[in-house]
Amino acid sequence: MRTEELIRVLAADPEVEKTPLALALVYGLLPGILVSIALYCVLIGPRPHLADLMSEPRVLFKIFYPLALFVCAGPLALRLARPTGDPWPLVRLLILWLFVLAAAVGIELLVLPPDLWRARLIGHNAVFCMLMIPSFAAAPLIGALIALHRGAPKNPSLAGAVAGLLAGAFGASLYATHCPDDSPLFVATWYVIAVLIVMAVGAIAGSRVLRW
Amino acid sequence: MRVDRDSEWSALLRAANAGDAPAYRRFLQQLAPVLRSFVRRMLLRATAPEADAEDIVQEILLAIHTKRNTWIESAPVAPWLFTIARHKTIDALRRRGRRIDVPIDDVAETLAADEDEPNLIGLYIDRNLETLPSGQRKVVEAIAVSGASIAEAAERLSMSRGAVRVALHRGLASLAARTKGS
Repeated sequence: MRTEELIRVLAADPEVEKTPLALALVYGLLPGILVSIALYCVLIGPRPHLADLMSEPRVLFKIFYPLALFVCAGPLALRLARPTGDPWPLVRLLILWLFVLAAAVGIELLVLPPDLWRARLIGHNAVFCMLMIPSFAAAPLIGALIALHRGAPKNPSLAGAVAGLLAGAFGASLYATHCPDDSPLFVATWYVIAVLIVMAVGAIAGSRVLRW
Repeated sequence: MRVDRDSEWSALLRAANAGDAPAYRRFLQQLAPVLRSFVRRMLLRATAPEADAEDIVQEILLAIHTKRNTWIESAPVAPWLFTIARHKTIDALRRRGRRIDVPIDDVAETLAADEDEPNLIGLYIDRNLETLPSGQRKVVEAIAVSGASIAEAAERLSMSRGAVRVALHRGLASLAARTKGS
């Protein structure tokens, strides 16, 4: 086919994707989030006396730290879904987030007697936490990948990893309302590992499904 | 000069996104020779055969077409275009296993004649066209080869105009999907 002919064909198909990427991401995430919440209600539900515990700083941190990460990762995923996407804002966000986490861990170490450190770090059900967070992240991850598929990420693995970050952070926040382990030592270890697992899955999936 | 080109292309692509087919065609026509010399320069640097250049230009045009939605209309268009061009060229080289079989001298000689060459032929799309469902293939061929409009293609293939549009859109999307990088 001559290039001139191809251009004629392309010009005959002026229909352009009308839904902005941001809206597509919302549409993609929303069903995933609802599926996860349903799964959460069926499987575990909130911990007893959650409302009374909401004034406890450790509980607030555990729930809202990942939730804030979820909110911030959205615009970054959109940015990375474009050919001109620049990874530096993501790196800056992650560094900032690690500082906040390190500060929380530092404070915990200051206020907690050293003989409790080990017990708080290991917690009650680390394995369960690492199973539940990826489970609650699965549906939002699929939704995010479907949405980002409309984009054209410069680096598909990286875009997939950010989709994983988004989904993992949501899963962590949801699980936090059930989890009995409140110490930042626990969060900094097991939650982070769980989110990293989701990010790795997202990166692998992204390298396959986000190519264009 | 560069700024002028960018603002002209931006204006054309914005018009195209709003449904202006002639503007879109003018945009692609202006873009093609620029992409051609861009691809040739990249092939030269990779010491890859220049014979593939037109195929790669066509793959880039297809990618630009199917991913038009990723251009932010307020952002400059040239960086977006050339990022796509680079990405698709690298993909194409990778897929072709980066054969090194052309002496650089030959490439350098043809680079000098980098004028408007509207009749260059790419084979990659034709090869993939054969694998499309026959309805989509016929629509693409009617418009490409015999220069039919949507209405003429609809009449010739006894389809509705809407069906022709859908077949064309899907056909182009799956052609583009077949040029994915690995």
